[in-house]
Amino acid sequence: MTKINTVKDLKALRKRLLKERKKIRATLVLCGGTGCQASRCQDVTDAVKNELAKQGLKRSVCVRTTGCHGFCEQGPLMVIEPGNIFYCHILPDDAHEIVTKTILDGEVVERLLYTDPVSGKLIQTESEIPFYRAQDRYLLAQNRQVDPCSIEDYIAIGGYSAFTKALFEIPPESVVREIKDSGLRGRGGGGFPTGRKWAECQKAPGDEKYVICNADEGDPGAYMDRCLLEGNPHLVLEGMMIGAWAIGAQQGYVYVRNEYPLAVKHARMAVDQARKIGLLSDKILGSSFSFDIDIARGGGSFVCGESTALMASLEGKVGEPRPKDVHTVVDGLWHKPTTLNNVETWANVPSIILNGSSWFASKGSKGSKGTKILALTGHIKNTGLVEVAMDTTINTVVFDIGGGGSNGNSIKAVQTGGPSGGCLPADKFDLPVDFDVLAKAGSMVGSGGMVVMDQETCMVDVAKYFLTFLQDESCGKCVPCRMGIDRMLEIITDITEGNGTSWQIGLLEELGSTVSQTALCGLGKTAANPVLSTLRYFRDEYEAHIHAKKCPAGVCQALVTYKVDAEKCTCCGICKRGCPHGAIVGKKKQVHAINLDLCQKCGICKSECDFEAIQVK
Amino acid sequence: MPPPTLDSILEERRSQPHQLIEVLQDVQEHYGYIAEESMRTISNELGVPLMEVYKVASFYKAFALKPRGKNVITICTGTACHVRGAKLILNQAVGQLGVKPSEVSDDGLFTIEHVNCLGACALGPVVTDNGNYHNHMSPGKLRKLIKSIYKTDAEEISHD
Ligand SMILES: Cc1cc2nc3c(=O)[nH]c(=O)nc-3n(C[C@H](O)[C@H](O)[C@H](O)COP(=O)(O)O)c2cc1C
Ligand code: FES
Repeated sequence: MTKINTVKDLKALRKRLLKERKKIRATLVLCGGTGCQASRCQDVTDAVKNELAKQGLKRSVCVRTTGCHGFCEQGPLMVIEPGNIFYCHILPDDAHEIVTKTILDGEVVERLLYTDPVSGKLIQTESEIPFYRAQDRYLLAQNRQVDPCSIEDYIAIGGYSAFTKALFEIPPESVVREIKDSGLRGRGGGGFPTGRKWAECQKAPGDEKYVICNADEGDPGAYMDRCLLEGNPHLVLEGMMIGAWAIGAQQGYVYVRNEYPLAVKHARMAVDQARKIGLLSDKILGSSFSFDIDIARGGGSFVCGESTALMASLEGKVGEPRPKDVHTVVDGLWHKPTTLNNVETWANVPSIILNGSSWFASKGSKGSKGTKILALTGHIKNTGLVEVAMDTTINTVVFDIGGGGSNGNSIKAVQTGGPSGGCLPADKFDLPVDFDVLAKAGSMVGSGGMVVMDQETCMVDVAKYFLTFLQDESCGKCVPCRMGIDRMLEIITDITEGNGTSWQIGLLEELGSTVSQTALCGLGKTAANPVLSTLRYFRDEYEAHIHAKKCPAGVCQALVTYKVDAEKCTCCGICKRGCPHGAIVGKKKQVHAINLDLCQKCGICKSECDFEAIQVK
Repeated sequence: MPPPTLDSILEERRSQPHQLIEVLQDVQEHYGYIAEESMRTISNELGVPLMEVYKVASFYKAFALKPRGKNVITICTGTACHVRGAKLILNQAVGQLGVKPSEVSDDGLFTIEHVNCLGACALGPVVTDNGNYHNHMSPGKLRKLIKSIYKTDAEEISHD
């Protein structure tokens, strides 16, 4: 890699790259995100590359392995440019046909096209697929354009021009003003105005300052930060470089979850490349600004996503939060002024600098500008990562993009905002994914997780699930969080085991509000949300558990029994083989039965039976 | 490739207390757990009291203080996987291998772990075996996976 020394060098490099790329006749864009890797996309990539080599097309056809495209359910997937042809569920054996038919003869391989589940029609191009069509993909769309391991790909599409523009044309105060005017709010959960944070940090006294990228992504069920850092690491770095220029930081850190090995690898590679090319160095491109970034791996603790705990962890200590009487923008990492932002927040910065604050502010609602990436998961047809303007309704996300419930089931609720968020019932789906609106409804946008639930989900069990999670993750430093979560979990456990009484509902509400008001950090302050929101919208389910001793969804183990429906049982023996507890009896050609003394109610037999012959009551 | 020695992991990090977590990460990655001896060496070399090293090593989930089985099956119990039946998968693993999460099976072959999210939430339930992802898991698929690991292991032994 040749070093660039001036902005002119960068522009010349971009021009050269674009010229070289003109010679390419087609590009096969293969998704190499974690989802597609789980679907064995590497084998497909190898097969395609082999086939191209065999047919002598290695030079004229480019294979680009990129980060996540979002439509994980359809992987391994590929987009062929020009033409925007979209192939899904590709197998290595399809490589020959793709190259011969589509690349050489310009024909489409119908069998690999996506079938619209609603109309049953085959869809040829990516942009026509309803999942993509109803989105407003700005950040995610860039993932398709770059190989995350190539700084050249990023530079070719205009990468680092926002940073150089800021560095040489916009003084720090004006950068901050631009971010303020854009209305950008933090994407990590709190929705704090980014420009205000930067302004305070810029004003804070001291020459030594830090910027940090929070890539801890502790919210289970959300993976957009992973997707951005894994798929377009230079975009995140560029955002941090602009932020560092604005507040006057010399050093940055990316704090990334160690459970994301690919994100760690790509972030490290990107930093290395940026250093080698001269974009992270002393006196960058001949300016007076020096900046460097290091990558630190998290230790798998949810509370470390909280700003002060994260800083403690970066200092090599136990990740316990501390009171924020003095804000971290003044007294942060190593007691120096520090600006901490989420991955997606940083990723939004370069385009605001390039296109201007009014461009950004033109999308979204009055109080929530721009787009937000959501992780659409759970009982829904089209799962994956979705990017929408922040005035889009949940209905649009769940039905137009998500295609509605899986297995034709009707959707009961969505859980948004992870362990700090809440559950919203279907009659609230006309609400937009707006920070303030969702908070008012008792949930939150949070980091953007959106878990869809149908009638097979018990809402009391969901509340119990989150309390168990939070009990495990609470650092234990403050009493309201440590004891409050314990007690709430005790009560909910009583209810799910059929030992609940009606006065416990009031007690839960009282405990919940006390914990919210008195806990030290955000973990405790929001810990009651899953309980309070399910109590607010699904009180009937709590009452069924308490009064009728029934779990309507058939989930809570203590309140259900398993039985074989003799009429439906085909005596196939699958349940008997599957049961790890040896609780199923029955010989060949004999209707099976469950030995209730041995049955642990684990549900494996029900999930294995193809004939719905296991009844849960 | 043999794992890097503790000495080489500590290189360029000596006397830098803030490198504690990074050092522990590397030890965990290459040795599968953090032994008491390693903690003592790390304490000396970084200049961090042993108690502090232990406190950090036991606070973070990423670190195991006891050896783990030869194969680590990690089951995601994050929200997205939970609503799609992650509990069944965990029950299957526990029932089939007869070990509790984080313990080592009697033959030393398996440890089951559960984590909050593996970051492939759209494809849940998700399981990894030694870092390899498996999506849309069902108890049946897990049963087959565990059987295939037993088989590979038996083959390895007969080759030795
Ligand atoms: C318990 C807890 C966990 C958090 N986890 C994360 C996380 O994983 N990622 C993140 O970006 N922010 C997380 N946050 C929010 C951060 O404290 C902080 O507000 C955020 O990273 C700031 O960046 P933003 O303004 O760009 O959103 C968490 C907060 C709490 C209280
Ligand atoms: S919730 Fe299981 S992978 Fe994220």
